[in-house]
Amino acid sequence: MIHLFARPLTRAVASIAALALLATACGDDTSSETTSTCFDEPSIEAITDVSADGLAGTTITLATHDSFALSDTTLAAFTDQTGIIVEQVAVGDAGQLVSQSVLTKDNPTADVLFGIDNSFMCRGIEADLFVPYTSPGLDDVADELELDPFHRLTPIDYGDVCVNYWSDALPGDAPDSLDDLIDPINAGQFVTENPETSSPGFSFLLATIAKYGEDGWEDYWASLVENDVSITAGWSDAYYGEFIAGGGARSIVTSYASSPPAEFLFADPPVDAPPTGVLQDSCFRQIEFAGVLNGTPNPEAAAALIDFMLSTTFQEDVPLNMFVYPANGEAALPDAFVEWGPLVDDALTLDPALIETNRDDWTERWNTIVAS
Amino acid sequence: MEHHRGQLTPQTLRRAGLAVGPTVFLAFFFVWPVAQLLWRGLSDSNGAIVETFTSASIRSVAWFTLWQAVASTVLTLVVALPLAAVIANVNFRGRRLVQALVTVPFVLPTVVVAGAFLATGDRLGATSGPFSLSKSVFAILVAHVFFNVAVVVRTVGSYWGQLSRDDEHAARTLGTPAWQTFFRITLRRLRPSLLAATSIVFLFTFTSFGVVLILGGARQRTIETEVFRYAISRTDFATAAALSIVQLIAVVALVALNLRLRSSLAQSDRLAERARPAPNGRTSVLSWFTIVSTIGLLSVPIIILVEQSLQTGSGIGFDNYRSLAERPPFLTVSPHRALVNSLWFAIVATAIATVVGGWTSIAIVYSSAKVSRLLDIGYLLPLGTSAVTLGFGILITFDSGWLDLRQSWMIIPLTQALIGIPFVTRAVVPVLRSIDPHLREAAASMGSSPAQIRRDIDFPIARRALVVGAGFAFAISLGEFGATSFVGRRPDFMTVPLAIGRLLSQPGQSIRGQAMALSVILMVVTTVVLLIVDRADRSNVL
Repeated sequence: MIHLFARPLTRAVASIAALALLATACGDDTSSETTSTCFDEPSIEAITDVSADGLAGTTITLATHDSFALSDTTLAAFTDQTGIIVEQVAVGDAGQLVSQSVLTKDNPTADVLFGIDNSFMCRGIEADLFVPYTSPGLDDVADELELDPFHRLTPIDYGDVCVNYWSDALPGDAPDSLDDLIDPINAGQFVTENPETSSPGFSFLLATIAKYGEDGWEDYWASLVENDVSITAGWSDAYYGEFIAGGGARSIVTSYASSPPAEFLFADPPVDAPPTGVLQDSCFRQIEFAGVLNGTPNPEAAAALIDFMLSTTFQEDVPLNMFVYPANGEAALPDAFVEWGPLVDDALTLDPALIETNRDDWTERWNTIVAS
Repeated sequence: MEHHRGQLTPQTLRRAGLAVGPTVFLAFFFVWPVAQLLWRGLSDSNGAIVETFTSASIRSVAWFTLWQAVASTVLTLVVALPLAAVIANVNFRGRRLVQALVTVPFVLPTVVVAGAFLATGDRLGATSGPFSLSKSVFAILVAHVFFNVAVVVRTVGSYWGQLSRDDEHAARTLGTPAWQTFFRITLRRLRPSLLAATSIVFLFTFTSFGVVLILGGARQRTIETEVFRYAISRTDFATAAALSIVQLIAVVALVALNLRLRSSLAQSDRLAERARPAPNGRTSVLSWFTIVSTIGLLSVPIIILVEQSLQTGSGIGFDNYRSLAERPPFLTVSPHRALVNSLWFAIVATAIATVVGGWTSIAIVYSSAKVSRLLDIGYLLPLGTSAVTLGFGILITFDSGWLDLRQSWMIIPLTQALIGIPFVTRAVVPVLRSIDPHLREAAASMGSSPAQIRRDIDFPIARRALVVGAGFAFAISLGEFGATSFVGRRPDFMTVPLAIGRLLSQPGQSIRGQAMALSVILMVVTTVVLLIVDRADRSNVL
């Protein structure tokens, strides 16, 4: 059973239908949508009846990617409440974190993992990395963020990967659809990241697949190439290398919905409004999850940490440290986020199981297009 | 000592004992982890290895990997040798500063250098075409030269400086023109150290990752970037392991070729204890031109970095530097603390690399040919191994009981030391080999024990080389980004390159300014430390 969470439901259904057609057409088993067992009933027993009693003094480890940061007092508050001590280990980026966790799954480096997103979640779930646990904190989380019906992964934060533009430097009007990026007036203006080496780059590829469907995205990319799109390895060399922000010449870049608030907050000299804007039509939703790692000797303490990660203490600390939006709807947002970084109502989405099944095939085909 | 072969004499025992330490260290911290990882990858492969070996794409990837490494190495030699010659032969003010400055590129994060290259390209109008400074093979080659000039300048320069000038002097007295003297005599005598430097530059560029990925553009692929693509983007450890094996086989073959070239050389050149310039080594116009042009070329991206670090919203100033004292919200520690971390890791890594590397050099020089070759090749392999393979291997190997290093800070300097050791051995071994055997024999006949000989003869002569190697181990550790990011670490162990990378993944002009300021601080710290080390080394006096 495929769990569809996409808000524009028709889009995902269309993609799947197109995909099924393609699978039968070329007989390639890697692109059949039935191969993912991601949302099948798990065989790992769920953690239930968590009580904080007797957990004081337990030490657990939280594995994260390098972008994880909190205020100094946040995790200390958890220790104050529960007596549980949290150690942390950080590993490279989200991709490295997932690969590392799959590699070490027989002897996990940690008890809780944070930082796996919807594009990678099925890889982790299919490797049996996570123990189901339904946190009471989920009551305050919007249903469409949950994705996994068995709660092996718990949504902690989310954000949108969106095309940004530098308002003053555009050759024409501000783009308001993905089609505007292949308009000749924007020739040589757009820089995006390689989906195989960059997480926003992969999200943008997914955005085009969600938008144009299995039949149309390759043509769209061919038009992008024709319109002189530039591909960089990572976000930094796109945003600070070729985009205006770093002294580059291009005025359109793949970044985040939260980038304008950051440009506002960290502007030098201070500004009244961010110099950048967001192409609403291009936004792809990225949800970050935490999960209790299978094999932990401390499942209850690990579950308590998941609960804490959904608490407002943790959730309200997330936006300004990681520039993402809290999953808990009760958490208050910083002013800059409210004013400059509104998330779109109908962000593009794709079923994680579909992403997992087709990831390699899509990136391979993408490679062929941009190499030509 | 052929007649000792096969007999258990105290001497053969002692020689064997000498090799035990380095062999065990290498087997334990390198061979075992890498073998574990490769085994893990291959044991759940279904013929992936055969598929990988025979696919057409691996052949083109391997070919590109090879030729870009060869081209990068040759270009590096061409750019660096004139400066090495000046360093070795000319006595000038600021010689130590030049030696330290060439090492600066070594510690800079690739993403920072790539940004500076792009800015340079913009100013020179070189952003497209075959000579573009971004996303071209040319950009890869230029960046490789930029990063590796130091290896040749320092390794060859210090060896050359210790070479006695008698042969050249005799040739010149007999009327041989200077250029003939150089090509016929000096170049041949330099071969041990040239080959040593060449092998390091070659391995560095053969396994280069960030440069290829960022400056090469999406189309250029090497074995190293493919290992990353399969292991990380695809979690396909089988193919990644197969690719790592291809990489290791290529590296072993090329290193063996390098050793074969070296063993065909005469073994006993004469080195003086102290570096000293040639008698007529005055500062000429030509040598000033060499210094200025080489340093000038290396400085272009560096000057742009400095300029960017000083740009603030209110004009030119030090605001970006001042703001480094505080922790920005998305860093786990303040940049200041990251610098302390980096320095501490670098000191420990350098200590390990110098001790193990020094010991290994002695073992390589004194052991039987077989053991010597094994150690020589073995200690080069970490340089030629993918950071993914090395980092993940260490992670899955030292994971339980008293060997659980995963939460220990030691895992970082240990991993970095593995990459630093070959720099030490490659600098020291050619020097030890070139010590006049009569010196040792004379000492032995006067009753010196082998330990005394090493202390009184080998160490003083090899000290300069040891310092050169230690300097590199230090710089490697300060700048290392690859393997360290795979082994994982406590967030408060964040290092400067990691902090720069994190700052540069955040929009906001003041954040970018801080990243640039931190990069400049990294350069200044490197220069100062190398100056101090070089000054403390008394044999580096002219």
